[in-house]
Amino acid sequence: MAKIRIAQYWAAGCGGCDVALLDIDEKILGVAEIADIAFWPIAVDAKVKDVEAMPDGYITATLINGAIRNSENEHMAKLLRQKSALIVSFGSCACFGGVPGLANMTSKKEILEYVYWHTPTSDNVEKVLPTPHYKVPEGEIEIPVLYDTVYTLDQVIDVDYYMPGCPPTTNLINEFLGMVEKHVKEGAPLPPKGSVIASQKTLCDECARKRTTKKVEKIYMPYEIDIDPEKCMLEQGIICLGPSTRAGCGAKCLEGNQPCRGCMGPTAEVLDQGGSMLSALASIFAIGNQESQLSEDDILELMTQVKDPLGTFYAFTMPASIIKKKVKERKATTAPKEA
Amino acid sequence: MAEEAQAQSAPVEAEGWEPKLLVFCCNWCSYAGADLAGVSRLQMPTNFRVIRTMCSARVDPEFVLRAFAKGADGVLVLGCHPADCHYIGGNYRTRRRIALLRVLLEQYGFNPDRLKLEWVSASEGMKFQQTIKEFDRTIRELGPNPINEE
Repeated sequence: MAKIRIAQYWAAGCGGCDVALLDIDEKILGVAEIADIAFWPIAVDAKVKDVEAMPDGYITATLINGAIRNSENEHMAKLLRQKSALIVSFGSCACFGGVPGLANMTSKKEILEYVYWHTPTSDNVEKVLPTPHYKVPEGEIEIPVLYDTVYTLDQVIDVDYYMPGCPPTTNLINEFLGMVEKHVKEGAPLPPKGSVIASQKTLCDECARKRTTKKVEKIYMPYEIDIDPEKCMLEQGIICLGPSTRAGCGAKCLEGNQPCRGCMGPTAEVLDQGGSMLSALASIFAIGNQESQLSEDDILELMTQVKDPLGTFYAFTMPASIIKKKVKERKATTAPKEA
Repeated sequence: MAEEAQAQSAPVEAEGWEPKLLVFCCNWCSYAGADLAGVSRLQMPTNFRVIRTMCSARVDPEFVLRAFAKGADGVLVLGCHPADCHYIGGNYRTRRRIALLRVLLEQYGFNPDRLKLEWVSASEGMKFQQTIKEFDRTIRELGPNPINEE
């Protein structure tokens, strides 16, 4: 039987997704049995020109991890789309922008100037910044162009399946590989296009912690209190994104006594994970009967216990959120709170 | 300097920009208040659209974010006065959400004054008129929604 061909590409991400695929233990042997690796920069030696030489649709399935942040990411995503029958948006960065997506809080200019000029360890007297084309005596050097905005993979190319997670867990990867294997060997149908390979419920459904009051009294940072490993994080005052996050990861962080930070992204019917979490968190504050007596300032004080709503609620999803990117008012606000 | 500032703000006037305001009214108090303002023939700007929700707490933060993403210049959420909510505590939830949402909008770069929460009861047609007038003035001072300029 002819083997299928798979590929994996690493765009703007940390590389953890590549390692996650290697981390599926002995199942990797099953992969080798059904599939040839056509292109996987971190693991095998195939070059971009080899991909360019492939006929269209030659690769059965390509897993792309990382957000799209520079011209190379975009070029490779488009090239692989052309050469692949199936594209899987692999990991939180490809699906929602991930942690690199928080760069949408600022701009290309601010990032480059800070990194190359203003960090305490920079000594860049000539104010040199990376230039896409540069002439040296030996010839011309080209580097990719950094974009002002971080994009999700599906904002740049058509995507067939989504596998969120930072990185996707071994279970999810095995589930997907199992589906592909069945499809190849037995002709079983693949899930409909656009499917998210994870649960349809929220993380709270998977979490083993006990919920009793469903109220939060005061917000704490995880280091400020001794966290009870049996009790719901939110009830203890730790911000946990479980109520607004898709399940499928097995609540591993909560097993490790850490709150959920939302890497699995929003649930199926939700467009904006952060808005969903904001709503949930604001609703469960326990104030008691005197709330009609509280002034607007009291309420603001109560709610600003959440120090950084954008960074907390959108830690993995800013480029996929409704607003997507920081805007600039024509008239500067009188007293900006955040720098 | 003054000339420069004028030159910068001039295009706004030249375009004949009219703010688009979105007003969420709860079914039990504020929508009736808006209705009263209407039947009393109270004069107010006409550049707002009302969306009736069963309770101000029905206004999901997602609605507000979508309104701004789609180009609304200001979003006003109106609900029953504290202790008057038809559903006992819906307006308290709204108040907490809007307070936090305003912080979030500021982080996104918006002027938080583009989102306002006000209490309007069924008998307060006059207050509805005043609220709309004031909010319209605030938004005119702020200028167009910056997302439209991207």
